[in-house]
This record gives sequence, C-alpha cells and structure tokens, in this order.
Amino acid sequence: MIQSFRLENVGLINRNKKLSFKFNGKTYYGYEGDTLASALLANGVHLIGRSFKYHRPRGFFGAGVDEPYAIVQLYRNGETEPNIKATEQELFEGLVATSVNCWPSVKFDVGAINNFLKIFLPAGFYYKTFMWPKSFWYKIYEPFIRKAAGLGVASIKHDKERYEHKYEYCDLLIAGSGPSGLASAYAAAKNGARVILAEDKSRFGGTLLTSDVNIGNKSGKEWAEGVIAELKEMPNVTVKNRSQVFGYYDHNMLVMSERVSDHLATTKKFHPKQRLWYIRAKEVLISAGSIERPIVFGNNDTPGVMLSSAAKEYLRIYGVLVGKKPLIFTNNDSGYETAIDFKKNGIDPIILDTRKDPQSEIVEEAKELGINIKFSYVVVAAKGYKKVKSADIAKISDNKEDLGVIENINCDCICVSGFWTPTIHLASQSGNKTKFNENIDAFVPGISKQNETTLGAANGVYTLNETLKSSFETAHALSKKITNNDNKISFPNVVEKKSTTHDKFWCVPLPKGKNYKRFLDFQNDVAVSDIEIALKEGYRSIEHVKRYTTLGMATDQGKTSNLNGLQLVSKIENKVVPAVGHTTFRPPYNPVSIGAIVGREVGKHSKPTRKSPMHNWHEKNNAVFVDAGVWLRPRYYKKGDENLFEASKREAKNVRTNVGVCDVTTLGKIDIKGPDAGELLNRVYTNAWLKLPVGKARYGVMLREDGIVMDDGTTTRISENHYHMTTTTAQAANVLSHLEYYLQLVWPELNVNVVSTTEQWAGAAIAGPKSRDLLQKLFPNSDVSKEGLPFMGYMEGDLFGVKARIFRISFSGELAYEVNVESDNGNFMWEKIIEVGQAFKIQPYGTEALSTLRIEMGHVAGSELDGRTIPYDNSLEGLVSKKKDFIGKRSLTKEAFTAEDRQKVVGVVPLDKKTSIPEGSHLVKDSNAPLPNPKLGYISASCWSVEYDNPFSLAILKDGKNMIGKKLFVMSPLKNKVIPVEIVSSHYVDPKGERVRS
Amino acid sequence: MLHIKCPHCGMRSQNEFSYGGDATIKRPELNKDISDQEWNNFVYNRKSLRGKHWELWQHLSGCRQWIKVERDTATHEIFNTLKANEDIS
Repeated sequence: MIQSFRLENVGLINRNKKLSFKFNGKTYYGYEGDTLASALLANGVHLIGRSFKYHRPRGFFGAGVDEPYAIVQLYRNGETEPNIKATEQELFEGLVATSVNCWPSVKFDVGAINNFLKIFLPAGFYYKTFMWPKSFWYKIYEPFIRKAAGLGVASIKHDKERYEHKYEYCDLLIAGSGPSGLASAYAAAKNGARVILAEDKSRFGGTLLTSDVNIGNKSGKEWAEGVIAELKEMPNVTVKNRSQVFGYYDHNMLVMSERVSDHLATTKKFHPKQRLWYIRAKEVLISAGSIERPIVFGNNDTPGVMLSSAAKEYLRIYGVLVGKKPLIFTNNDSGYETAIDFKKNGIDPIILDTRKDPQSEIVEEAKELGINIKFSYVVVAAKGYKKVKSADIAKISDNKEDLGVIENINCDCICVSGFWTPTIHLASQSGNKTKFNENIDAFVPGISKQNETTLGAANGVYTLNETLKSSFETAHALSKKITNNDNKISFPNVVEKKSTTHDKFWCVPLPKGKNYKRFLDFQNDVAVSDIEIALKEGYRSIEHVKRYTTLGMATDQGKTSNLNGLQLVSKIENKVVPAVGHTTFRPPYNPVSIGAIVGREVGKHSKPTRKSPMHNWHEKNNAVFVDAGVWLRPRYYKKGDENLFEASKREAKNVRTNVGVCDVTTLGKIDIKGPDAGELLNRVYTNAWLKLPVGKARYGVMLREDGIVMDDGTTTRISENHYHMTTTTAQAANVLSHLEYYLQLVWPELNVNVVSTTEQWAGAAIAGPKSRDLLQKLFPNSDVSKEGLPFMGYMEGDLFGVKARIFRISFSGELAYEVNVESDNGNFMWEKIIEVGQAFKIQPYGTEALSTLRIEMGHVAGSELDGRTIPYDNSLEGLVSKKKDFIGKRSLTKEAFTAEDRQKVVGVVPLDKKTSIPEGSHLVKDSNAPLPNPKLGYISASCWSVEYDNPFSLAILKDGKNMIGKKLFVMSPLKNKVIPVEIVSSHYVDPKGERVRS
Repeated sequence: MLHIKCPHCGMRSQNEFSYGGDATIKRPELNKDISDQEWNNFVYNRKSLRGKHWELWQHLSGCRQWIKVERDTATHEIFNTLKANEDIS
C-alpha cells in the first residue's frame, strides 16, 4: 500500500527502514521513527475509534501526550495492552493494533445509536436515569454501562515482561528537553551539578525540532542536537528519552516512567519493558512546555479536526500531511506557522483568523506567500461523518456574537489553534499555588511550596529569547547554590520571528436554528450543552461541575479541555476565570502501566519467602506447604493417595500414640540480655517473672495497653542475665518493636538489650509418649529423665557433636521437647531425629496436625488471640498477676472486660459426633429465630479430634463459663449448614494436663 | 514519599520507617493509682492536629531506634528530629 500522504524529503524518520504493521486487520507500511499515529496518517487513515458516550467516529486530535481520541489495543510479542495512545506508541516491525470502544467494528458501531439518542444522554445522565427502579441496577444497568463504557481490554494472562524500579538522587531534575530544558540542563551541568534531563518523547529538543529559529548561528534543531551530544558525554549528567516525569510527591520525590522497550518488537534479553525511577532531587526544573488549546465549534470532534501544532509536528517530524486541502482555524499566529509549512510543501491552505487585522512578521510572511487568509472568520461546523469533507464558515462580528452568512467550503482537515496552555501539572502536584495570567488566558505556576521552578512555555513564556535567558540564569543560580561553582556560559544569539497578541475568542456561537454538538472534552464526550445543564441544575463549584459532567475526567485528564471548560463556566456565571478556579491536578500526569508501578514485586517476589534449614528434607518427603506469614511451612506430609484430612489425622494420631517431630523454626525468637531483663519481662508479661530460676522456662501472655492479648509464648532463663523469648510466627516482628518501644522510650533506665534470633536457630518439636525415650538416645550424655529435665525445664546438650538447647515445653499437650540448634546444623539435627526416631515409629507432622493437637487440648493460638480478646476470654485469667503492674493491666478493669456474661473460649461438639463444623460459623440459641438471629459467639478453630474420633471446635462464646453443657446451634449461612451442638470445656483432652508433666 | 532525617543514620526514605503516633503522650508510671479518665486519655484520646506535630517513628529497616519527628501534618514539612532520649523543647 502506498503512503499517499507522505512527503518525500521532509521529516526525521528513517526512510531506509520500512516497517509493516496491522491496524484493525489491515496491513500498512511506515518507517522507523514513526509513531503509530503518524504511520496511519501517512496512509490516510483518520478513523481510529469511537467516542466514549455517543460512539461518534473519532480520529487524531494531537500528536503526543495530549491526545484524547486515538487510544488503541496494542498487541506485541504475544501480549496485549489496552489504552495505548497511538500518538505515543512508536512503530515497530509487526506491530498490531485495533480500535477500542466499538463493536462490531470501527466503521459500523452498534453503540453509535447513542449518537442519535444524545438528546436523552445529557450531563448527569447516569446519575439520573439508572437510579430507578433500584432492583435494576445490578442486573441490567450496571452490566450494560460497563460493556458500553469500556475502553480497552486488559489481558488476563500473566505478563511475561519484566519491569524495574530504580532509585536515584540528583542536584537538578529537569523535566522536558525543549528550549528551556536544554538550556537549563546545559547551564547547570557546566556548573558542576548532577543533572538528570528527562524527555517524554523519543527525540530531544521539543519545539526546537519544528520551529524556524536560530540559536548561535545554528538552526534550533542543530543547536539541540549539539547540546544533547555534549550533555551525554558529561559524567555528571544523565540524559533520558522516552522517560516521562509523571508524579511530584513530598520532599522533592519525583517518579518517572521510562519506556525502555515499548518501541521495540521484542524486549531484549535481560532488559525490562519499562523502568520506574524514584528520583529525589535537590531542585526541580519543570520545562514541560505547553499544549495548544482547541477552539470550540460545531461537530469539532469529526475526524480530521486536529490541533494545528499537531499538523505541523506530523509534517515536520514525520513528513506526513494530515490533509491536502487544509483549513487553518486560528485566533493567534501559531496557526500561520502550520499554514506556511503546508504552503512550502506545495499544499494550499486556507486560514480563518478570528482576528480582524493582526500585524506581525508571521502574518506578513503568510501574506507574501500568497496564502488565502480570511480575517474575522470562524468555522461554524465541520461537515462529514467519518471524516471532514467540508466546513461551514462565516464572518463573525467584532463583538464575536453574531455570525454572518454561512458559506460552505471544501476541506479535508481543519487545523485549530486557540493559543497555548502551559503544562502546569507537575508544579500543581508539588503544591504550587497557581495563578491566572490574563495575557495568555491560562494558569501559570505561582508560589512554590517545594524546591521547584517552572521555565519557558510551561511558565507562560512564549518567546525563545526570553525562555533561553531565564533558563540559563535560573539553572546557573540554582547550581551555584548547590555546587558553589560559578561557571557561566555565554548567551547565544537568538533569531526568531516576532508574533503579535492572540484573540481571546474560544467558542463559536451556534447559528440560529442549529444545535450542533460543540465538544469541550473529547474523550468523555462533554459538550457545551452539558456544562450549561449542570449549571442550570445548580452546580457551582468547578469540582462539582467536573464530577457531574465528567469534564476532564478521562484518561487524558482534560489536557485539551480544562481551560475551555473553565472559560464556559466563567462566561455563564459571569465571573472571571480565576474566580472559578481550576480542579486539582494529581499524579500521574499520563497513565502509567500497572506493571511499571508493581515492578519486580510480582507473585512470589511481592514479599520474601522464608524457608527453614530443613526445607529441602520436607520437599523430598512429600511435604505439602502452606504460607505462614512469609514462611513456607509443611502443612502435611503426603503418603500415597492421602488427602489433607487423612494425612493430618494420621500424623496427629501418631503423636498421641508414639512420637512425632515438627519443624518449629518459624517461631519468633528474641534474645534478651542485661541485668534488668527479668524486670522487663515482669512488666511485659501478665504473670510474675522475677523469681524464674536459671534453667527454667515459663509460659507468658503479653497485652497491649488497651488490655487486648498481643501475643503469647515461652521464655527461658538461659543464665543469670540472659533470656530466650519465643513469640508466635505472625507477631515476631511486632513483639520486637514493642519491646524496643518500651526500652527506648518508656523505661530507658532498664539496662536490657533485645535482638531477633529467629533465623539464627533451627527448631524441632519432639512430641508424644515416646519422646523421652527418643531424646535419651539423641543425648546419651545428658540426664533427660523426669527428674533431670522436668516440665518447663531447660538444659544444653550435645547432639552428636552439635551444641543444642533442649526445652521441655509442649504445644501438643503431650510429653514434648523442643530442640534448638544453630541454623546451619538444622538439617543435621532433623535427619538425626528421624534416623534415631525410627525405632520409636517417629513420623514428621505438619501445621494441620499441630493445629488438631492444640485445638483438642484447648490451647489458644492466633485464631483466639485475634486482637479482640482479653486473657479472661482465653481462659488465661490465672496468668494475670494481681500483685504487680504490667503493660495493659489498668485496662482490664474496664466495665466491658469485667462483665458477668463476658465471652469466653469453650469447646463445641456436634450432637451427631459426625458433622464437621466450619470455622467462622455463628453460635445461636434458636436456629429458626427470625433474622437477625442474635449471635452468641463464633467458631474460632475446628479439627477432627484424634483422641475421640469426632469433630471438635473451639469457640468464643458469650457468657461461656455458664454455657458448658448447654445445647446450641452452629449456623453457617455461607455453607448453608445448621448443626445442633453441645458446649463443652475447651480442654477436651487431658483436662488436668497430666501428660505434659508425665 | 517523605525524606526523614534519622538522628542516628541521616536522611532516609519514609519506607524505612514505621509510624508510632503522638510523641508527647507520656505513659502513666507503673503501680500508680490513676483515674479511668487519665488512663483513657493515655490509651485512646489523641488530638488529630493540623499543623506542627511531634510524633514517633521507628527506623525499622535501619538502626531500629525510635525517634521523635516534628512534622507538619498538612504540608508534611519536617522541622526537626530528635533521638528517643532527647527532650522536645
């Protein structure tokens, strides 16, 4: 196919490299250096999508970040990505893209019926129409709106691409490489500052690439290339293209997204697709330039209507004509530059200038070139449905209110210039209080709140000379402040054409009897009439008008629509624009892919995975793992075809009859040393700790200051001033912080040090009636007899040459021990226990069996210590000292905590001794009571009791102490279960605790 | 993201720290008889100030020290940071 709109010798594209690509199934050709937009335009393709609400045909409006229409679904390297701007996507060989928001095709769109129903779709339409009847919302309205309103389709596949995060510090971050960005980067770099220069597009230079200017006897483009080449060589400068600074956060932290590989057909090996930069800058220079404003007229969304600056960019950079019969509609001199470019390339444009008699160098040049200029003329409406075919134009009166006779002229595109809007997004995000500049009818940055300065067009400065001058000076002054250097660069001679003032005209009145849609927000289909309705209905605050009409709320965030919206509100309200004020700019400036935001923290990389030193053994022995916080723990060890239930029952049974071993490395461990260590424990735990002898362990419960149980565990006195604390796996980090808080801030007089040793020790729990016999074989030189190592005793032992700590503590309720060795010896220990344990029928057991064992013993754990219970609730009131004070004690006297019918942990057994009770079920008195059925408590943990071979659960039940023996119902509406149950003691097995002491 | 000067380690990013609430709250002494109101004030009642506020942060992924930070809750400006044992003036 011929690129019939491509000029032969114009543009910065690489004509030696022809690329093929597909759009909506059709193959086209473009060149390396094209964007998808420029390549489509070169092929004369203007119809790209359908609009959001009315499904009107839409084409290209801009040539970059400001594009409201040209959003496509992109297919690259087997992946698909929605909502890519065709004006930003660089062309690569084999690129495939399709339109979004149209069905069945862009040329015939069923949703376009909305266009003919538009009279029924005014502002606030969704709010009004879909409110009634209420029952229709979920089933009918909501799915319909979702389907109709969607943009692209997100892939549901795993993204194979890699995204990176990078952290960087610099003296000056410069956002934008146009004239002000280049000048300031150059001046600061020459003055020794560490500079990062970020350019959103692939080419550096900004408007210098498309303007007829001279700097230091070079063309703007040559000067830009020279400066960039020099900057790239400097060690103190980082120059980045395809990199957009999109967010300005607190304390001069800026975030930039670098599109590393999006312009390539495939990502190179070891390269990321995109990279997110977190940059902490001492000073920020915002040189983001400005965006051309549209003038509002009838059907101004027709494909072929676009910004005049975009037409110029397509021509100058890509050698593409957006039309061969262009109509330029302008209120300022910028439109003339585009017209002159057309003329110089053999195309005859017509200029409609809203001004009566502008006098400037540029206007003179256009006149001399013989361009057809109509002064005091406006476009009333674009004609054509899928593409501009002609335009209704008319003379406009001096007061800009009355139209003359309407004439129709042929044209194939309308290039609009309504003057320039500074890009103040980053400044506004930084907290800068922006102010309205009457001369340019736009907001510019005002007083800075952080270390930022806006330069050039972004600051409302539209002449090159002034821009370069202020940029050189500002960058020199700022860099001097940081580096103390004083190297000044001589200011180059600047030649540019002088322009005259613009016309404040921005909206063409409707001719009598016509009600053309005049769009303000192109992506969200917000027209002049919508704003009028919103105001008629009483919306006044611009923030409310925005939300009611969705003006400026599309993915382009109103880059081309905000100011015209404000103009309209101020006109209707008869206020000045600054009195209306603008809505708040928030990051990101431009959509950022979720992949880039997430970076490498995907799947298993989203948090660290901790494995115990015995992990490989577990793996080899068919362990099925479960996530326990960041740890991977064996849940059960599968034998043959066993399922979870069968395996855990077997493992638990073996602990009750023989001996089992469980990996308890994950328990939190804190080493506590110092003369006041005992005193600290006495204040932290609810029970007494001052008299714990050396070589003894004690179980303790700690509270938060509000009386709620924070954690439990055993702490062992290793020597006079040395304790070993254990915490639950989940609370390990919080308990350490908790201790540090009290030691550093509340009781700094206590001479104690705490440090986490969780990863330093590997732990194995050996539990079961045969555990002592096994232990004796493991430690033949130690006296582990009932007397030698009594319940809650501690000793050090020699495990075949490895130093070990032996604790006689039990979670399973059986005679049990816990052996700790240094982590490096963990696997050795484990294998020895298994090897020696064979004689005693040892089996490893996982967390599921561990839970079964503790539940039927009535030992509370995380599901009861859930941040809502006090010691009494967990039947731990016996551990609460009446004599001494401790953290949270005062709270226990609260009325609710001492109520007679206070909740308490109980046991629950189904009457049929068969039906398993789902965790989380409710306990009620009457299963047939009307809703809401009063809830008496909830099931916190359930198991199959291996001791009695029936289901058993723990529950937190209101007035639990008086409920033992009562019959209640367990209800699980989620599982549709009603189970009659009996309330029993939570200590279901061995209630006197004889086994642990045996 | 805030940039917080740890008095022990220097300027560090916010993600190394965890927030610890009002730094001016003093825990009642142990074993002291106090009213319900006093205790409730200590446990629950906090002013949600707009403006300058002394607060606690712990340099969790650094030196693990609890520090005192004077921050403007509206603008996030940080005026001063102190070690745990230094008094707020």
